[in-house]
Amino acid sequence: SIYDKNLFRNNHDINLSSLSFLFSEMISLSQSNSKGIQHLEKKLNNLGYSIGIKYLELINLRENYINNLNSNKNYVNGRREIRIIELLQFIHTKVWKSLFGKIANNLEKSSDKLNEYMITDDEPIFSKFISIPKDFGDLNCCAFVAGIIEGITDSAYLQATVTAHTVASAEFPTRTVYLINFNEDVIKREKL
Amino acid sequence: MSSKSYKSLSDDIWKNRVDKINSEVFTLTYGSIVAQLCRDFTYAEVNTQLEKMGYNIGLRLVEEFFAKTGLGRCTSFKDTSEVISKIGFKMFLNITPTVTNWSGDGKQFSLILDDNPLTDFVELPEDNNAANELWYSNVLCGVLRGCLEMVQLDCDVYFVSDVLRGDPITEMRLKLNKFLKDEVPAGEE
Repeated sequence: SIYDKNLFRNNHDINLSSLSFLFSEMISLSQSNSKGIQHLEKKLNNLGYSIGIKYLELINLRENYINNLNSNKNYVNGRREIRIIELLQFIHTKVWKSLFGKIANNLEKSSDKLNEYMITDDEPIFSKFISIPKDFGDLNCCAFVAGIIEGITDSAYLQATVTAHTVASAEFPTRTVYLINFNEDVIKREKL
Repeated sequence: MSSKSYKSLSDDIWKNRVDKINSEVFTLTYGSIVAQLCRDFTYAEVNTQLEKMGYNIGLRLVEEFFAKTGLGRCTSFKDTSEVISKIGFKMFLNITPTVTNWSGDGKQFSLILDDNPLTDFVELPEDNNAANELWYSNVLCGVLRGCLEMVQLDCDVYFVSDVLRGDPITEMRLKLNKFLKDEVPAGEE
């Protein structure tokens, strides 16, 4: 059964276009029964959410395993991230590396809002083959990845709302910023 | 082209002309889609939806296939089967299914997938007849049907058995119905 399978298998690689094709069909499917851009982004977010809630546990388990392998009998127990900055750094490095094979480009805290943080990805792989037509305005299909992040933060009990925004720069036309808004109670808890 | 040269062509393409990513993202995305579909539709409808999705993918996938491989027409249906299993699947999913069970007239064959990246760590729910009705990887059938239709082969592609359902192997069957004539679409001159 699947419970007997090894979780730490050798990486199986796949063609980026397979993922892109699948993603485009996913968007078409979500679009056919949504009434607007917000609704579509919410649907994509939901699809990513179910991935995110499983992903944190999986990554932690794997990191733990790798740490133990490397540390020669000094078993280092994997940390559980309970503070905001550490969780975000974890997402920024380990999660991104595991999902996309690279680390995210930037992690910032918003200067005007207390609970807002931003993770920037210069070249999201999901958006590589997508061009947004003019009448879809602000749509960013990385709402799917935003959903994954939201799932991870929720699973770590640091509930947040995550949205994806396109902030194009000259070099990187698909540059995406993920705005992470943590809930009130989480911020209160941080202060303790 | 011989079988061996297909293999070396596909290895070459895989190594040099393909952007690779971790297949886990792919598995998780597909799982998320199927789960969402199962919530919205019945299992029979999910099968049709997946097949339709695959069909749309296949229509475009075949273009990329020809762009990357530069292959010409296949000489026979047997040749087609070799190309699909050795180059097509290798290029897009990094697996090589086996071609078996040829029918007497050479118009049907089976593809046995021993390693399906779509179904890594997937199990079907125990209740609700999922194991009797749902073909989890049905999108693959659609993809193949779409691709073959673009090369003028009208085929039926369907699953015969699936490891997820408890069968010993995962087997897809391809049946050639007819060759399609190149027709000018209605309305275009």
